Amino acid sequence: MIVSMTLELNDIPGQLVLALSPISEFHGNIMSVIHQHDEKTPRGTIPVQIRFEIDHQVLNKLIERLEKSGVKVARVGEERLRATVSVILIGHIVHSDMGDTIDKIDSTGFAEVVDMSLSMPGIDKTSSSYLVINAVGEKELGTALDIMRDVANKKDLLMIEPIHMNSVGA
Amino acid sequence: MRTFRISIIGFGAVGQGVARSIVSKQEYLKKQGIDLQVVGISDSKGCEINEKGIDIETALLRKKQKGSVALGSIKGVDIIRNIEHDIVVEVTPTNINNGEPGLGNMRNAFGSGKHVVTSNKGPLALHFSELKEMAEDNGLFFRYEATVGGAVPIFNLIHESLAGNTVLGIEGILNGTCNYILTRMSDERMPYELVLKEAQELGFAEADPTYDVEGIDSAIKLVIIANSVFSQAATYKDVNVTGINKITPEALELANKNDYVVKLVCEALDGKLTVAPRLVPKRHPLAVGGTLNVASILTDLAGRITISGKGAGSIETASSILSDILFIVRNSKS
Repeated sequence: MIVSMTLELNDIPGQLVLALSPISEFHGNIMSVIHQHDEKTPRGTIPVQIRFEIDHQVLNKLIERLEKSGVKVARVGEERLRATVSVILIGHIVHSDMGDTIDKIDSTGFAEVVDMSLSMPGIDKTSSSYLVINAVGEKELGTALDIMRDVANKKDLLMIEPIHMNSVGA
Repeated sequence: MRTFRISIIGFGAVGQGVARSIVSKQEYLKKQGIDLQVVGISDSKGCEINEKGIDIETALLRKKQKGSVALGSIKGVDIIRNIEHDIVVEVTPTNINNGEPGLGNMRNAFGSGKHVVTSNKGPLALHFSELKEMAEDNGLFFRYEATVGGAVPIFNLIHESLAGNTVLGIEGILNGTCNYILTRMSDERMPYELVLKEAQELGFAEADPTYDVEGIDSAIKLVIIANSVFSQAATYKDVNVTGINKITPEALELANKNDYVVKLVCEALDGKLTVAPRLVPKRHPLAVGGTLNVASILTDLAGRITISGKGAGSIETASSILSDILFIVRNSKS
C-alpha cells in the first residue's frame, strides 16, 4: 500500500535519518520526501512529508517505532486502491455463485471488485463477464489475482488476464 | 562465383516455396557472387537427383502435374548421406510425437558434415540441445528461423541485431489461425464454431483444428524460443497451455468496450512459459489483427522491440529459409 505521512521533527541534527531509517527497516520503499527546514510549526518542529509503499500489516508497528524514537507522526493518509487490473471470466458465472466469487476478493481487505459487466446470451449458453479489481498496491493486486485464478480454476471458469510484460515496463 | 549445393528434403508448400524463391532470386544471387545449386529434391514418394544442378522449373511442374517430384525411389535421408552437398534444407512436415522423419534427417546431415536450414518444428521442440551440440561439435551451422513466426525474423533479430542485449522476456502471437479466428469473432460478433468453419473453408485452419486452437502449435514455438533464446532445455510439458475454443463473442465485446482485444499470447517471462488468451490494450504493439504474427522482445539495453509480419505461407516461410541459407553462405569458410 501507498502511505503519505506528515512527521514533525525536532530542530536538531540527525532527525531526518531517525525518521527515515525505520521505514527501510520495515522494507518500505520511499517514493518522495519533502523536508522544509525553514517552515517551522507553531510548536517549533519541522514538518516533513513522506510518501512510501509498505506492507499494510506493518504500518502500525512503524508508527509505534517512530513515536518511540521521538518523531511525532502528525498525519497518516493511506492512498487506498491504487493498483488496478481488468480480467474477463467465461463460464457458468452466475450459477457458480457470482456473489461468492466477488466476495473472495472483497473479503481480503486489501482488494475490491469495483466494476463488473455481465453478458448472458441464453439460459443454456456460457456467460461472460468483465471485472475490474483494485488493490492497495501492486503486490496486493498480485495476491488478488492469485485468489481469482484459484477461484476460476475451482469453478471451471476461463479467466483472461492482461498481458504481463506490459507491467514489467518498456 | 561461389557455388553452394543444396538439397531440399520435403517438397510440400514450404519446399516448393524455397525452390521458387531460389529461381526468382537467381539474378540477385549472381550479383552477389553466389550460385545456389539444388542437387537433390525429395518428397514422400521419391526424389530427383542431379549433381550438376536440378532444373527447378521442370521439377516444380512435375510436382504440380503428377503430385510428386519423384524420378527415382531413393529417400531423402539417402540424398543427405550419399550425395555430396553443403546445405540440407529440411522442410518435411512437423511431427510432434517423435520428430521423424525430420529428426533423423538432421542427425544424418550433421553426421555427414552438412549444414541444416529448417522450418520443421518437431525435432527442435523435442531434441533442441542435442541437435545444436551436434552442429557445434561438427563445426556446422544449424539455422531454424522459419520454425517460428514464418517470415518474421525473430531469431535473427535476437541473436544478430540485438547481440549484447540480455533478453528479459518475450511475448507474441505466433499462430495465425487463432489470430484470424479471434479477429473475425471480434469484428463480426460471430460465434467461435462459425468462424472456425469459415477459416477451414478459406484454408486458414486445418480440417482437424486441435493443433492450432488448443494452443499446441503456439506452445511448440514457445519451446523453441525458450531453448534458443534462454537456453532452457524446455519441452512441451513445461508450457502452461490454454486454447481459444472456450472464448465467446460476448467476452470479446466486453473487452472491446473497455479498449482491449483478446489474443492468444505466448509468453516467456521469469523462466515460465505460458500460452493463454490475454487482454491486450487496443493501442499496444501486440494488438495485430488477421493472420498476422507478432513478437515483442523486452531487453535490458534496447528496451522493447516489436516486430510483426506474415506467420505462414509458402513464399513468406521461404523468405526466412533463404535468409538462413545466405547466412551460411556468407559465414562459412568453404
